[in-house]
Order: sequence, then C-alpha cells, then structure tokens
Amino acid sequence: MRRRTKAGLLAGLLALLAGCGRPAGQGLSGVVNTAGSTSMELVTGALIETFCAQQPNVTVNYSGAGSSAGIQSAADGLCHIGLSSRPMNEKERSQDLLAYVIALEGIAVIVHPSNPVQELTSEQLKLLAEGQISNWTQLGGAPAPAAFIGREAGSGTRSAFEQAIGLSGLCAYTNELTSTGDVLANVSSNPNAIGYVSLAALNDTVKVLPVDGILPSAASVQDGSYPLQRPFLMVIRSDVSLPPGAQAFLDYARSPGAAAAIQAAGAVPPAQPPS
Amino acid sequence: MMRRTPRPLERLMGLFFSACGLTAVAFVLLISLYLILAGVPALRETGLPDFLLGRQWSPTAQRPEFGIAPFLLTSVYGAAGAVLLGAPIGLLCAVFLAKTAPPRLAAAVRPAVELLSGIPSVVYGLVGMLVLVPAVRRCFRLPDGAGLFSAILVLAVMILPSIVSVSEAALRAVPPEYEAASLALGATQIETVFRVTLPAASGGVAASVVLGVGRAIGEAMAVLMVAGNAANMPSLFKSVKFLTTAIASEMSYSSGLHRQALFSIALVLFFFIMLVNVLLNRLLKRKGG
Repeated sequence: MRRRTKAGLLAGLLALLAGCGRPAGQGLSGVVNTAGSTSMELVTGALIETFCAQQPNVTVNYSGAGSSAGIQSAADGLCHIGLSSRPMNEKERSQDLLAYVIALEGIAVIVHPSNPVQELTSEQLKLLAEGQISNWTQLGGAPAPAAFIGREAGSGTRSAFEQAIGLSGLCAYTNELTSTGDVLANVSSNPNAIGYVSLAALNDTVKVLPVDGILPSAASVQDGSYPLQRPFLMVIRSDVSLPPGAQAFLDYARSPGAAAAIQAAGAVPPAQPPS
Repeated sequence: MMRRTPRPLERLMGLFFSACGLTAVAFVLLISLYLILAGVPALRETGLPDFLLGRQWSPTAQRPEFGIAPFLLTSVYGAAGAVLLGAPIGLLCAVFLAKTAPPRLAAAVRPAVELLSGIPSVVYGLVGMLVLVPAVRRCFRLPDGAGLFSAILVLAVMILPSIVSVSEAALRAVPPEYEAASLALGATQIETVFRVTLPAASGGVAASVVLGVGRAIGEAMAVLMVAGNAANMPSLFKSVKFLTTAIASEMSYSSGLHRQALFSIALVLFFFIMLVNVLLNRLLKRKGG
C-alpha cells in the first residue's frame, strides 16, 4: 500500500513536471495513461521525463499497480499502455494484446561479502532453491547452513527469478521478505544467506555471484548470456489503435533515443531496438 | 419538583451523543459486512474445508493452492507460546508491583512497564530484526534466526504491559480484610498473596490473559519483521507466516483470486479472534468462579 502511494506521488510529480515544459510547439497533446509494474517505476519515470521534454503538451501518467493489474487494465481499456515486468502468461496471451520489450533487467544472486563461494551453476542454484542443497559445504563453502532469502508471493522479482530457473511456485524459501531493500539488508547481515535482487538495486554491502561463470552486467544481460533476467514490457491492445500521444510515447520508448534514459534508470535497453 | 420537558439545546446534544455512540456500532457492522462480502468469493472458489485445512499455500504457482492451515496453526502456536512465556512473568511482575515492592521501587518500575505498552510495534520489530534474530541465529546455529521462536519472544514482551497492568489492578482491588484475616491466622505475606489474594483476583488475571492472547494473535507489524514469512507448517526454529502477516506481506502485489483469498484470511482471522476471546472468557471465568 505504501509503495503504491509513493508511486502515485511520483506520478503526480512527473505529471506536474510534464505540464510545465517548454512553451507549446507544433507537437502532440493529450493525456497518456500507463499502469502496471512497480518494478518499472524508475524506468517509466525516466522515459516520461525525457519524452515530455520533447512533447511538452503531452501528459503521461504512471500508476503502479503490479504487472498483472497493468496487463489487465490495458486489456480492459482502462489505460493506454500496460506495464509488465514479466512475460505474459498463456491466459494473457490469448487476449488481443501486443507486448513490446522496451528494456531488460538482470537479477543478481547475492551472498554475504565474507562468503568464500565464488560462483554457482544454474543447476546448483536450482537445487538450492528447491531445498536439496542446505549447507554451504555442498557448494564449496565453509560448513554452515544456507539460508535462501526470497521475496513474497506476488512480487515480480520473485516470479521472474523462479521462471528463470524453472521453478515457478516451487521454491523453498528460508525467509520471505517484502522488499528489495529488506533482502539486501538481510543478506548483508547474515553470513549464511543467499538471495536475489534486481541488478539496478545492487550495492557493495553484498557479494554478487556469477551464474554459470557469467557476472550480471548490462552487456551480459543484453546479449542474453546471463540467464537470470526478465523483460520490461509495454502492453497495448491489438484491436484498437492508440491515440497519437500514446503511440508517440510507445514509439519513443522503443527507439534507440530512449536507451540513455533506460540505462540511467538502472535497466538495460534491449539488444536490437525493434524498428 | 416537577420534571421539566428538556430544552431544545439539551435534546439536540442528546441526539448528538447518541449519534456518536452509534458511530462505533456502525463501524463494527460495516467492517464485518465488508469482510464477509470480500472474503466469501474466494472461499466459495476453494471450498471452506480445503481453505482451512489445506497445508499448501502457493498462490502464484501454475496450479495455485490456497490452504491456510500453516497460518492458523502458526497463529495458535505463536499466541500460546507468547502467553506461556509472558503470562507468568507478567503476573509475577504484577504481584511484585502490587504487594511486595517497596513503594519507591514500584514507582520506578510501573512507568517502565507502561512505557513498554507505548512503544510502537514497528520498533519492537526493528529491535527484534536487528538484535534478536541474529542472536537467535548464532545461539542455535540456524541458517537464519527469523522464525516462530523469535516471533514468540517478541510477542511475549509485547503482551507484558497489558497483563501486568490489568493483573495489578485486579490484585489491588482485593479487599484488604481478606489479607488481614490470612495474616492474622499466621500465614506469611507470600502465602497470603498466592493463597488468598491471587485466587480472589483470578477473574481480573484471566481477563488480562485474554487481552494478551488477543494482542498476540492480532499483531502483524512486529511479527512480519522477525518471523521469516515463509508459508511452512509451524516448527519452533523454522520461518513461519501468521494469519496477520500473510495478509500484510502479500497484499501489495496480489491480484485476482490471490487477493480475494487474502480477504478470506482476514475474515478467518476476524472470526478466529472472536472465537478465541469467547472461549477463553468462558473457560477462565468459570475456573475463576
């Protein structure tokens, strides 16, 4: 709830920013409503800011409601563009929806800085998540029980992580925390812990483990060699054409010109911007 | 003197006060109604027996399962553990404050206990998370200290103030003649307190325990921060989820049936607390005579 209020506040601020742009030019006008993933708050905010610098008469709103709600409200016509930080599931794909990948995000596997383990294979990660590996000695570490720290059911990071290792809904967590910051704080204070957070949230209080020998980075996420990643999608209805302002915003988000803004917000632009 | 008809202003104020009185009732009714309306759809979908007795909670799996038996049992064990730890300490603290403490010392201890009840639950959670959880992890060589044990310890401290203050008031309300008679028969002060005063005050002591149980079952914030929040069947050193924390931790991103199921948990929690209160009141009052 608190998170959503914050998102609403940010959206309000951004809308204000958009409103007081440069004097009216020849450009478009109107209101564009986007809704969905709270993980996309920063990226969407950055895109809105740079887009509105070009199109001062277009107001773009963002409301954070979660990926599922975002896709649903796009399908129901409640917003122009739905935002999803996970691939659409079968039920969602069966509706008349188009999804565009505007950015990618890596999910980093983190441990306490004192942990001697240097890397994990995705197989080891899977066994650990299933609860079959429960001691660090099984991973080449010091003899200590392993605490697998995850996020709560419904979190986008959690579903993306579970999907990436092929264990949707099957992970055995030692501990489920309700925010990225909590996971970072827990892992940085517990020498036994291993957890996952989005790449953009990393700081140096924790140690990042390479997965299958590859460290998460903008480059390794972009070329797909780093396995734990998720797409940021913009979802629209395929049977209704968007108003010009919304179309322009979508086109801008997918253009190479938006890459800098996406990077600044901590996400990774897709390898080949679809033309 | 003849009874005058009330003046208009008086009648107006009377109406105003009745309205205020009814507001509270209206809120209770509204909340109950809303909980029932919001909680029933998911129950209808999953079936009440499966919902209450299901051992698996995986709301976001491909084949979602909504069984809240782990949460129910955790809430029962958590509250029971907290009362088992907190009630004796609280009761003896009340005996100390009411009967045996030198007045000056009692005057110092009582505000401290009252202060304990003024500490916001998030602060209990924070201290629990930063101090208690790592300590539990090191003491018992666990992968992570967050779990039922830490939650019970935090809850035990949180229910202390209500047990102490209500019990103390009950002990003080015992007529001094009872004690004087006991002392005159040659009983020592301690014998008097435990054989005479405490039995005489048992109704109030029971009420304090009921209050403590209610608080322990209803607490969410502090527990959220120290219980680990994985939906395991309860075990002392495992990460567990209470009825309250299931709602608090998953509400923000849930959607569809998952969200409706969280409302159903709220409904179950609501009836559960009422049931526990009624049962405990009956049981303890009868025992107290």
